[in-house]
Amino acid sequence: MAIKPLLEVRHLRVEFPTRRGTLLALDDVSFDIAPGEILGVVGESGAGKSLTGAAIIGLLEPPGRVAGGEILLDGQRIDNLPAEAMRKIRGRRIGAIFQDPLTSLNPLYTVGRQIIETIQVHLKVSAAEARQRAIALLQETGIPAAEQRIDQYPHQFSGGMRQRVVIALALAAQPELIVADEPTTALDVSIQAQIIALLKKLTKEHGAAVMLVTHDMGVIAEACDRVAVMYAGRIVEIGPVAEVIHHPAHPYTAGLMGSIPSMDIERERLMQIDGAMPRLNAIPSGCAFNPRCPQAFERCRSERPDLMPAGATRAACWLHAEPLQVPA
Amino acid sequence: MTPAPTNPPPALTVPLPPDAGVLARFFDGNVWHSFKQSPMAIVAAVIALVCVVSALGANWLAPHNPMDLATLELSDARLPPAWMDEGKSKYLLGTDDQGRDILSALMYGSRISLFVGLASVAVSVVVGVGLGLLAGFAGGRIDGFIMRVCDVMLSFPSILIALLIDGVGRAMFPNAHESLAFFVLILAISLTGWVQYARTVRGSTLVERQKEYVQAARVIGVSPFRIMRRHVLPNVLGPVLVLATIQIAAAIITEATLSFLGVGVPPTSPSLGTLIRVGQDFLFSGEWWITIFPGVVLVMISLSVNLLGDWLRDALNPRLN
Amino acid sequence: MLAFVLRRLFQALIVMLTVAFIAFMLFQFVGDPVTNLLGQDATPEQRVQLRADLGLDEPFVVQFSHFIANAVQGEFGISLRQGRKVSSLIAERFPATLELAAVAALIGLALGIPLGVFAALRRGSFLSQAVMTGSLLGVSLPNFLIGILLILVFAVLLKWLPSFGRGDVVALGPFTTGLLTTDGLRHLLLPAITLSLFPMALVLRLVRSEMLEVLRTDYIKFARARGLPDRMVYFGHALKNTLVPVITIAGLQLGGIIAFAIVTETVFQWPGMGLLFIQAVQFADIPVMAAYLCLIALIFVTINLVVDLLYFAVDPRLRIERTATGH
Repeated sequence: MAIKPLLEVRHLRVEFPTRRGTLLALDDVSFDIAPGEILGVVGESGAGKSLTGAAIIGLLEPPGRVAGGEILLDGQRIDNLPAEAMRKIRGRRIGAIFQDPLTSLNPLYTVGRQIIETIQVHLKVSAAEARQRAIALLQETGIPAAEQRIDQYPHQFSGGMRQRVVIALALAAQPELIVADEPTTALDVSIQAQIIALLKKLTKEHGAAVMLVTHDMGVIAEACDRVAVMYAGRIVEIGPVAEVIHHPAHPYTAGLMGSIPSMDIERERLMQIDGAMPRLNAIPSGCAFNPRCPQAFERCRSERPDLMPAGATRAACWLHAEPLQVPA
Repeated sequence: MTPAPTNPPPALTVPLPPDAGVLARFFDGNVWHSFKQSPMAIVAAVIALVCVVSALGANWLAPHNPMDLATLELSDARLPPAWMDEGKSKYLLGTDDQGRDILSALMYGSRISLFVGLASVAVSVVVGVGLGLLAGFAGGRIDGFIMRVCDVMLSFPSILIALLIDGVGRAMFPNAHESLAFFVLILAISLTGWVQYARTVRGSTLVERQKEYVQAARVIGVSPFRIMRRHVLPNVLGPVLVLATIQIAAAIITEATLSFLGVGVPPTSPSLGTLIRVGQDFLFSGEWWITIFPGVVLVMISLSVNLLGDWLRDALNPRLN
Repeated sequence: MLAFVLRRLFQALIVMLTVAFIAFMLFQFVGDPVTNLLGQDATPEQRVQLRADLGLDEPFVVQFSHFIANAVQGEFGISLRQGRKVSSLIAERFPATLELAAVAALIGLALGIPLGVFAALRRGSFLSQAVMTGSLLGVSLPNFLIGILLILVFAVLLKWLPSFGRGDVVALGPFTTGLLTTDGLRHLLLPAITLSLFPMALVLRLVRSEMLEVLRTDYIKFARARGLPDRMVYFGHALKNTLVPVITIAGLQLGGIIAFAIVTETVFQWPGMGLLFIQAVQFADIPVMAAYLCLIALIFVTINLVVDLLYFAVDPRLRIERTATGH
């Protein structure tokens, strides 16, 4: 990439010490996000998508901890910062949106109070100006009668409205990157499209990049520029959205695409991948997907593949390896 | 490209064979594991065990029999504990104003305290679980009525209810036989505790009742009792057990309080509470051991049972692990 | 909301009537109602007269309504033990118990809440574990034992504080208080601390556990994700959410304090209603028992009602009508 990336994640490892041994939840995860880009992170439940987001904003739930690798924001490491320095980054440079708008807002405080306090913590503005900004934010996110509704409590908003408030809160301190963890999963299908469109529009306008974590390929297709596919704590494919969807290079991605019902392609049966994603304490050696892969061969069972070029995307699959050099 | 090194999965404990018995599963499970890891739980269990054993075996273990007036020597009255200046090794913890050995009195007294405590909780559990099942299954007005009663009883502190029942019992049977007095006391204490069980069990019953397999069973004609016994009760045992453990401590304390106030066990069978009351009069004359030692034993019993209950609740709560 | 208040008032009325019923039964069937009202030394003529006056041959409902009418005016007859009017006995003793209970409640809250917050925020530290162990002692140690221990340490060994009675009191109208004299305060200290320990420990543990729960919620996570400083997260957000459920329990503790005053007053020979009640139970003094019962029920019901209303004031979700507008 010619443009300097905003976020760089290098060989990130996250582990969970438990009574029965240490579980490796993220294993050598690496990717970049360019400024203003929307990167989707897709995968089944338990693949590690949310953990990646949590590690980036520095809010891993104990006993989880970062066990290796680096996270760089604008070229500077943020994974090893002291707590107070990391706190300043949260909200101001990296914003977050969580899944359930119902529980993301404190029920005892007005919506306005929560937005205004966020603004005032990060930006040196007066209370009056903070309030003006808050009203403007609410208007931007499409909440009608913002000047009255700013003084209402979260329970007085419907689900979709609340998520708009959450988006407003995430944007309040004008961050450069937003980590959105399943922002539409808890919403009605009819509202999901609106929220995604809103997210796209606002992040373009504010110039923020987005790491959009979801298990819904439809959302990815709608909103993202690039997408990373995660499996068992690893990235198995990453590339531009159109390429990954139409020309998946990794058998797992192909399986995912094949299992989505489509209106234009006629399919008699939805493709199904046999088996299930392995549990963290039973990850196969070599490529994590090999027991379920219809195209697995000897090398897949013994050596773990890194991401390698595969057409227009990069995939962690030996099918795309360069032919072995014969030693001279 | 060099091949990536393979990562073997982390070493784990060997899983149990599928036909492992109940005991084997218990010792492999989270409960026992957290017990081993919690020094407080172990200490608590040991103390509780010591108290229970010495109380049960009072007849054989106690060095003297404080009830037997013939063995008392008034010349030995008001002796301090054996390690102090005027103490005698014969009376390890000293004697009271009548020459009774404090240590033996403690063991017999603990027996009474434990007996009343356990009996009250047993009655509470039976009444509470029974009413809870009834409320959950019958629904409608019966349920509503029982819940109203629960609400009202919960808003009154247990001591008042116990005092009331005890007082009424006294007024109705002024010259009661000893066993009747015990019966009234146990009834009084147990009626303060049943509400919690009733509510918990009712809740579980309501949940189970909605489930489809219960509805199916009822259609087939399986009796409600069978349903309750096979499906509701096992689900409810855990919380009931935790509640019961904590309630034992509370029951023992309530009995001690009533006896301390003079309206508990009959004076011929002194419990720890009675001993403390008697001892308070001697505080100012410097004979602190008559009241303090019964107090210490009471606290040890109640603390260890409370700790066990606390630990049990944490062990059975999957969220905290 | 009006409907809610009316419903609670109605429930309160039912409870009061039930308690009055129980008290009435006590009068009628336990012991002799005439003796209950006239005392032991009544002459046979007085008894016959009273029987007629009481209408003891009249139907049950009529007798009950007489009882209620009397009770509402505070008329409960004559104490069997002391031969004086029950109402004046209670009026005499009430201020002592009220004072003791109020001071104990204050101490309990003023120490319990901050300690609970501390134990939650500094979870795992040595001090917080010490506090938790202390609170475990507080809920495990019976009231009377705490009192005896305090007497042993402060009155017998150190000789700093008195161990029984109320000391010098100042009369303010019908009310007597020991708060205005040093002697009164010295006498108040040990009993108030004794009475406050159990509720304090309870509030402490409750605040800690609620706070730990709140700290795990999504909105706290979101507050942190927005970069709010710890101080704001803990004391701005978490504390408020913690205290809301604590209010109910703390309020109900007040009722428990008044009840446990019985024990504390016995240990310290504090001349309050509790001591009066215990002496009544020992003596089977029915009129006093019945009067105490009704008064306590009234106090409890009032406390419950106030706490319920307080909930309304604090939690906006209950207050404002839900408006479901568009999305």
